[in-house]
Amino acid sequence: MLLHEKELRRQTFLEQWNLLSLSLPSILVIILIIIVPVGWLFYLSFTGKGGDFSLANYEKMITYKSYARVFMTTFQVSFLTTLVCILMGYPLAYFMAQLSDRMAAVCMLTVLLPFWTSLLVRTYAWLVLLQKKGILNDFAIEIGLWETPIKLVHNLTGTLIGMAHIMLPFLVLPLYGAMKRIEKDMTHAAANLGATPIQVFWKVFFPLSLPGLVAGSLIVFVLCLGFYVTPAVLGGGRVVMVATQITAILENQFNWGAASSLGVVLLASTLLILVLAARFLKLDQVLFGRH
Amino acid sequence: MIDKVFKPLWIGILSISLLAFSFQTASAEPITVVSWGGSYGKAQDRALFTDASNHSGIAINRESGASMTKTCLQVQSGSVTWDLVVTGSGGAAAAAADGCLEKIDYSVVDVSDFYPGLYTDYCVGSDVFATVMAWNTDKYGEPGSPGAPSSWADFWDVKKFPGTRAYRANNVDGALEPALMADGVPPEKVYEVLATPEGKRRAINKIRELKPHIAVFWGSGAQQAQLMKDAEVDMSTGWNGRFDNAKKDGAKVGYTFNQALLDYDCFAMPKGAPNKEVAMRFLAEVSKPQYQANLPFYITYGPTNRKAYEMTKAPKELIESLPSHPKNVPLMLPVSLDWYAKHKNEALELYMELMSE
Repeated sequence: MLLHEKELRRQTFLEQWNLLSLSLPSILVIILIIIVPVGWLFYLSFTGKGGDFSLANYEKMITYKSYARVFMTTFQVSFLTTLVCILMGYPLAYFMAQLSDRMAAVCMLTVLLPFWTSLLVRTYAWLVLLQKKGILNDFAIEIGLWETPIKLVHNLTGTLIGMAHIMLPFLVLPLYGAMKRIEKDMTHAAANLGATPIQVFWKVFFPLSLPGLVAGSLIVFVLCLGFYVTPAVLGGGRVVMVATQITAILENQFNWGAASSLGVVLLASTLLILVLAARFLKLDQVLFGRH
Repeated sequence: MIDKVFKPLWIGILSISLLAFSFQTASAEPITVVSWGGSYGKAQDRALFTDASNHSGIAINRESGASMTKTCLQVQSGSVTWDLVVTGSGGAAAAAADGCLEKIDYSVVDVSDFYPGLYTDYCVGSDVFATVMAWNTDKYGEPGSPGAPSSWADFWDVKKFPGTRAYRANNVDGALEPALMADGVPPEKVYEVLATPEGKRRAINKIRELKPHIAVFWGSGAQQAQLMKDAEVDMSTGWNGRFDNAKKDGAKVGYTFNQALLDYDCFAMPKGAPNKEVAMRFLAEVSKPQYQANLPFYITYGPTNRKAYEMTKAPKELIESLPSHPKNVPLMLPVSLDWYAKHKNEALELYMELMSE
């Protein structure tokens, strides 16, 4: 009896050890490409030009107003992009979830096709479409929708259009997955018990799709925070986000410490937002169904 | 069976590649010359690099994406792979101040025929360019015609010249000087005024005044050309050679050298360049007037070597359109490297405040 127990414990230990050794390569990779560089960034941000400890990089963020503004813009643009993605992506995913598998696959292809095209190409394509003498303005003036060219790009509008287009698949994919997992019987049962279609949607379907929506929105929001090319090209210099500011500092001042400090603040504030969101939205319940 | 065929094949491939590798390391290594993309790098290839390499017998390996930031990163991380890097004069000065550049050996590189001020201890001028104001000629007329814009005050005058503007994004090089000239500061006083905090504020405020009319902030030379080609804006600041090439492509664009900023690009050598001595000899070769004499055919940037003007076969009209031509130089304000070395960091912070508003 006792012997068996020992043997069992040994087996469990071996199994755990095997699992650990299997995941060891990925742990090493994560340490190498994430932990070490982030640590290095953190260290750099606290060093002055001579390599000594200094808070100058952080003091500068308070002295000059651009830093606070750039962070505000970054969060604002990311939030708005997420909102646009939700408004467009939810009906789309809902529509796809109702289709037959084959039709849904065709729809999915149209969502994924742009996803497989280069980000740079898509960004410049929007520029060609939206600029003053671009295709959209020309067409609208031709058919008499408006008379003088409307400013659709080189501003916040153009940035949001471009970013929402690029980010949409990141929202639709998890959302569609969540919607497909909702048992049809649930909605049928609700209808059977006398709920109107609107009630069925809001009381049954929507709450069940929430985990997918929240997961998708978080992915979109966090990815937006680091955007560089799209706001730089479509924003026309009027939408200055953190990545742009980091480039400006590197290109002009060769100051790795100052650039790192921006990265550190962005990382910290993103984590803070996620923690707050987790607390207020009760994310763990929504995402993992814990009660 | 399969093994029998493939094993010898693999061994063959392996030994051939090993052999090729050992040959490559045995012969003289090519030096790595890094420039920018677009019409600029192409012009240098055609006028300077190919011929200089053929005549001197120094093999070169051409790369794009030159940047002093990357140079300094290479130097500071101790893995320098570049031998010669193209840079703006200001970038070279800043990189030199950070200890990223090798001193130029002027016993090897002959600059006796260079215009004064177009070489420093750490970089040798490759061409002279101007930051000018350019405009849509359909809208405001050909340069020099009556009523056409002719000064920075006109660039700022949105009543006399209604329309949209483009200005530099996220970089303060050549951004503050025009604002002060538009505000009435005479060119020779510009850097004196800019050396004071009030002067910098004055320039920034002047740009702030124009900001509602600045439809686009440009980030590259290629973008300046594109904006004028697409008629996205009516007037823009930018580099004269880019506008000339846009015009060749059919853009309705003209510019003036009046009150423009005279500046130069140069070759710098990263500290600890892998082929320092060979690269120094190549730098000497490429700085010779016979190569520079061909540059104007490909981009309208002027030679830094005075003799190139005597040797060039370019037509008179083309020569007179170059920024370093004696006819044009007196119209312009030479960029002060000294000011950039002392004030650029602070000026950039103020400019980013304006950009992020």
